[in-house]
Amino acid sequence: MDYMPLNFPFLAAALLIGIAFFIIIFKRNLIKLIMGIAMMASGVNLFLVALGYRVGGNAPIYTNVPPGPMVLPVPQALTLTSIVISVAVLALMLTMVIRIYRHTGSLDSEKSRRMKG
Amino acid sequence: MASLLAQAPILIIAIPLVAAFLTPLIGMRGDKARKALVVGSLAFTAFLVFALARDISITGIRVYTLGATAPGLTEPTGFMFPVRIILEVDGMSIFFGIIWAIVSLAAAIYSFSHIASETGQIRFFTLLLLMVAGGFGMMLTGDLFNLFVFLEIASIAGGALIGFRNRFGDTQEGAFKYIVVSAVAGLMVLLGTGILYAQYNSLNMAFLAQAIQYTTLDKIALALFLIAFAMKTGMVPLHLWFPDAYSVAPASITGMLVITSHACMYAAFRVCFTLYGGVIDGLVVGWIIIILGLLTMFVGVTMAVYQKDVMRFMSYHAISQLGYMWVGVGVGLAVLGTPALLAYGRDAMTGGIFHILNHAMYKPLLFFTGGALFYYTGTRDLAKMGGLAHKMKWTTVLYIIGTLSISGIPPLNGFSSKILIYESVFRFNPILTIVGIIVSILTLASFTKAFHSAFMGAELPEYKGGKEVPKSMIIGMVILAAGIVLITLFPSLIVSWALHPAADALIDHGAYINAVMGAVP
Repeated sequence: MDYMPLNFPFLAAALLIGIAFFIIIFKRNLIKLIMGIAMMASGVNLFLVALGYRVGGNAPIYTNVPPGPMVLPVPQALTLTSIVISVAVLALMLTMVIRIYRHTGSLDSEKSRRMKG
Repeated sequence: MASLLAQAPILIIAIPLVAAFLTPLIGMRGDKARKALVVGSLAFTAFLVFALARDISITGIRVYTLGATAPGLTEPTGFMFPVRIILEVDGMSIFFGIIWAIVSLAAAIYSFSHIASETGQIRFFTLLLLMVAGGFGMMLTGDLFNLFVFLEIASIAGGALIGFRNRFGDTQEGAFKYIVVSAVAGLMVLLGTGILYAQYNSLNMAFLAQAIQYTTLDKIALALFLIAFAMKTGMVPLHLWFPDAYSVAPASITGMLVITSHACMYAAFRVCFTLYGGVIDGLVVGWIIIILGLLTMFVGVTMAVYQKDVMRFMSYHAISQLGYMWVGVGVGLAVLGTPALLAYGRDAMTGGIFHILNHAMYKPLLFFTGGALFYYTGTRDLAKMGGLAHKMKWTTVLYIIGTLSISGIPPLNGFSSKILIYESVFRFNPILTIVGIIVSILTLASFTKAFHSAFMGAELPEYKGGKEVPKSMIIGMVILAAGIVLITLFPSLIVSWALHPAADALIDHGAYINAVMGAVP
């Protein structure tokens, strides 16, 4: 395929990030909030991977490359790094949610909230 | 020595990082070995930072290319653009590096006693060193994606440290808020980076600064960067998480978190002045920063006045003080490229940066004294404290130094930076100065109130048997107090040695570009 129809991946990424923002701002359940952040990370990763596509370029897989120019594999490297970082962040968040649940018995951000003012 | 200095930029990041992963191994040999490793690695890093600072003041911007045959070789042979990761250290970066080196050393020493009763101390110091490495990385890097990675390293380590005392419920809540804000901010930075990469095919800040056009997409990226970094520094509409996270962390970590928020501020300045330096619409962005900065100053201090929790009270003051820096540098941004820059813009920026230095000394000191009160009394509630000056003589004196400094009482260092901001900002718009002075008065009033309720009065029966806090906590606080005294004694020397180079590094974005791109044959 020589072109990307309608910039479809970018639209999908924007949609994912938009929905994720909505979830992060309006959902009260902490697990849903974490899912929103995971979704936002996926949206950004999709955006980065879509950037790696260049018209006429080959995927930079050295062992099996047809003749012609290869794309610079920077976006792919960024995506890998970003996935690893978001795994660490999400794991840390989930441990904290477990702790919050043990202390307050609730996952509702309004009910488990102690600090105000 | 010369080769050590040549590799200094990467060593400053690598030494805390390696020490972090050595801590569990060496920590098995006992407390003393662990403490020696932590203090030794941080002190050596601080030494390298100072050596590099001296070198930069003589030879100018230092570029370090990772993986190249020579550190100065920014572009591989045959390429016309930088593809490797480049660390770029100029007057501004190393200025923040010096602050971070001093405060992290003081915080590590302070922690030895402050968390002595907790379990899992090896993990605490591993995370602390990771946070130090992340902070240095943010300050020294010249690559946007690297900035994101180090931001996340500092945030993950910081979030885990805020929740370190996990037997309390509120620590988990504060840590969760911090990590959510950091994750969202980090992803926004990554999205902005992706947008810039899509258009200019590079991640290097110098290359991007040269190529940038200020298209609509660039403006979106700028907004993403600024919102993300403003969120991390607790600028006013996005400040709600800030006191929750700062008040529950161990006091030493709160002191370090103040500097990581300065590091995010550094990143915001770097984006505005260097990355978008040639094309930015300074008046609009500058005014947005000034107005939000004023709001930050005012809302922070008015919220602080009625707080009863000592750490929470100081957190709101931290928000308020961060406003001064935004206003100072925002005025510089608003007049960037006009003749007014030389007339007062540079002084306003110098004042804002000077305030960062002062804040980085007195705010961790105040947080440390707040931690000492918590250590002694077991509560953070100011209403339950009283008469502590009888037993805690060192803490009292150090608290007084910090209070006078934060309220801008002459001749202490807080006064020098505030007067510099007031004088220069007055020529830009007098209203800004009036708000600044009102905020300063409210700051003094609320700190006097807190001093009265914690330290003055008769000795309370429940605190009769206690002793002054352990030596290592006092040493940590004295390091910062010594910094305050030094700045108080030699303000003009500090301005000409450290602050003017830092402000000029922001103004002169061409030099930053040339340091990397100038090597083009």
